[in-house]
Formats: sequence, structure tokens, C-alpha cells
Amino acid sequence: MSQKTYQLLKNKKKNILELWMKNQLADEGLREDLISNDELRSQSEELITALVSNLSGDNFTNLDSDEWSPVIEILGGIAITRARQGFSPRETGNFVFSLKEALLEVLQQEISDDPKTLFTESLKINRMMDSLSVVTFETFIKGREEVILRQTDEITEISTPVIRVWDGILALPIIGTLDSARTQIVMENLLQEIVETGSSIAILDISGVPAVDSLVAQHLIKTVSATRLMGAECIISGIRPEIAQTVVHLGIDLSNIITKATLASALAYSFKVMRLEVKKISTVTKF
Amino acid sequence: MDKIPILRMGAFLLVTIQVDLYDRLALNLEADLVQMVNKTNAKGVLIDISAVSIVDSFMGRIIGNIASMSKILDAETVVVGMQPAVAITLIELGLPLKGVHTALDMEKGMNLLKSMIEETEEDADEDQTNDDFITE
Repeated sequence: MSQKTYQLLKNKKKNILELWMKNQLADEGLREDLISNDELRSQSEELITALVSNLSGDNFTNLDSDEWSPVIEILGGIAITRARQGFSPRETGNFVFSLKEALLEVLQQEISDDPKTLFTESLKINRMMDSLSVVTFETFIKGREEVILRQTDEITEISTPVIRVWDGILALPIIGTLDSARTQIVMENLLQEIVETGSSIAILDISGVPAVDSLVAQHLIKTVSATRLMGAECIISGIRPEIAQTVVHLGIDLSNIITKATLASALAYSFKVMRLEVKKISTVTKF
Repeated sequence: MDKIPILRMGAFLLVTIQVDLYDRLALNLEADLVQMVNKTNAKGVLIDISAVSIVDSFMGRIIGNIASMSKILDAETVVVGMQPAVAITLIELGLPLKGVHTALDMEKGMNLLKSMIEETEEDADEDQTNDDFITE
């Protein structure tokens, strides 16, 4: 970029900011609910200051160079915050694209007499802004992925609770698809809890498992066998009619596993094994 | 040479494995235990493996073998106190130890053995009343 253009852009920094803000505010997709206008302005100003002070460098198209790191840092920070705040990719993209428009507009106003220079300089600015957009998107997606990763972790944490339903009886409601990684967690949690509580019966409730294929069945059988090795009994409950159908159609042998239709019947069976009795009392006692 | 002690308690034999088993030790244990079952005419064998943290397929097979051999000599085998990690390993190795009874701890294992032996006695003597005299 020639010194002239650089000086021009530097002098016109305020103009560019105003134009950019105008562009952004005119945009239909402006999310006033997520970010206030003042905040938007300060974000824009910070970015534009860093950008303009950087234009003098020789390698202004090479984004890997050290000179660019402050700009990229600011842009990355904005993109990540936006990803967390729930901006759509389009809205985040427009943030950078509207700056490009503002830059080009100023350039056009100032170099209107020399079409050739205008074209070459516009091309350079275009190239630079495109690289910046790519950086924005990369960081934006990275921010989103972080959010997804955190949620996945949380889901695995909360989706495998081991409940102590009675003294010596554990229940483990499984919600969602069972894959190898989850089975491992379920198994470990269950076995650990069996050791800690000294329970002799574990009930695996699969009413929240959407589908059972041969792999899921294999995982279930593994869990049951491991529980048996520990010296506890494992009951599988919550088998829906469709699941019973698929299991039989797939030819999976569950005959040496105790299966019950509902958690209630599994609990009733556990009581029977533990020689406990639940009965209705004749008189109403106040608690 | 290390030796794993086999204790006799009434009609049962108690084996507490306190060290990590290596192959020779396991083979010796197998031989000693079968000898002991034969000599004492034991009705049950209780193996406590709560201190064992490492198992391989060989160990799994030895435990299975002990159970089968004892069964032939009319004694039931109960393995107690298996660590979660050990249980998972055995399952992943494809050794569900069929034919071996398991219990959470020594006390539960003892009760299990007692109830099993009483059951077999009941079967043998049909005249006996069907009272529930299994101690819990």
C-alpha cells in the first residue's frame, strides 16, 4: 500500500469509523439485544485504531507476521465473545464486511480522480479485509466449538447419575444413546458406587435410550457381567416393546440377564431378593 | 518361595490373596487348593481378591479353573471383593467367569456359601421341611 493511501486512511480514521458505525447500525441484523451501541462503537474504534496503525508495514497482506498480532488478537477476542454471546455467523461476518465497505467508500471519495490507483488500492484493501474475515470466522468457530465441548462434558457428567433407591439397591437411569465411551463411564461410576455403598443389586433403567442395536446390547451385557463379577446382581429395566422387538430380531441373547419392563417391577423384584416387604398399613399415621 | 496361605474355617476354605499374583504363584495356588479341598472335604472355597489390582487373561483362567475343579470335588467357589478396575478388565478380556459365584465382601460371600450349602443339603434330604432357615 502506498504511503499516500496510508496517510489518507490514517487522517480519515474518524470518517471511516462513522461510516462503519452507520453501516452497522443500518444493518437489519443488528442485535441490540446482545450488544449495546456504545459497546459496539468502542469495539469498532479499538479495532480500527489497531488496524490503521498497522497499515504502514511492508507486509500488510501477510497476516502471520508479528505486526498483525495486535489486530488479530483484538479481532479474535471480539469473535470469541460474539460466539459465546450467541451471535450468528452472518452477524459476526457483517461486522468485518461492513468495515471493508466503509474503507472502500472513503477511498473512493478521496481518489476519485485516478481510477487506476483507486483500483489497485481497493484490491489490496479487499485482500487484507478478506484475510481478516477468514481469521474472524476461524476464531468464531473455535469459540463455538469450545462451547460445544464444554456442553458435551457437562452432559456426560449429569447424564450418568447413580441413585441409591434403597439400602443396598442402586438405580442407574440411562438417558440418551449409549456409545463405548459412555458405557465406560456408566460402568465405572456404577462399579465404584457399588463398592462404596456395598449394594448388592443394581438396576439399569434404559427407558431413556432411544434405540438398542447390537452394539448397545453388547455394552449393556458387558456392564451386567462386570457388575456380576463384583458380586452384585444387575437388572435391566425399562425395556420398551419396540426395543424388545429389535433385540429379538437382531438375535441378541439376553436370556441370562434379568430384565423387567419397568423400574417399579425391577424394584419389586429387588425387594423380593432382599426379602423385604412393602405393605399397606391399616391406620393412617400422621407424619 | 512365596506361598499363599489357605485357611480352613469349618466346612470352608479361605484364601486371601494379598499380593499381585504372578503365573507360578497362581499355578501353585491352584494345585494347593485342590489338594486342600480333597484333604479337608471342604464344601466351599472363598477367594478374597480385594487386594489384587492387576489381572491378566491367565489369572482369569486360573480362577475359572479353580472354580471348575472345586465343583468336581463338590465344593462351591465364591470370589469376593473384586476391584471395579479388575472387573472391567476381565470383561474387556472376554472372561465373564461363568460358573464362579461372586460377592461384594467376605461377609456376603460367607452368607452366600452357607445358603448354597444348605440348599444342596435340602435337595439331598427331601423329607426336610421347607422352612426358611437360611441365615441372613
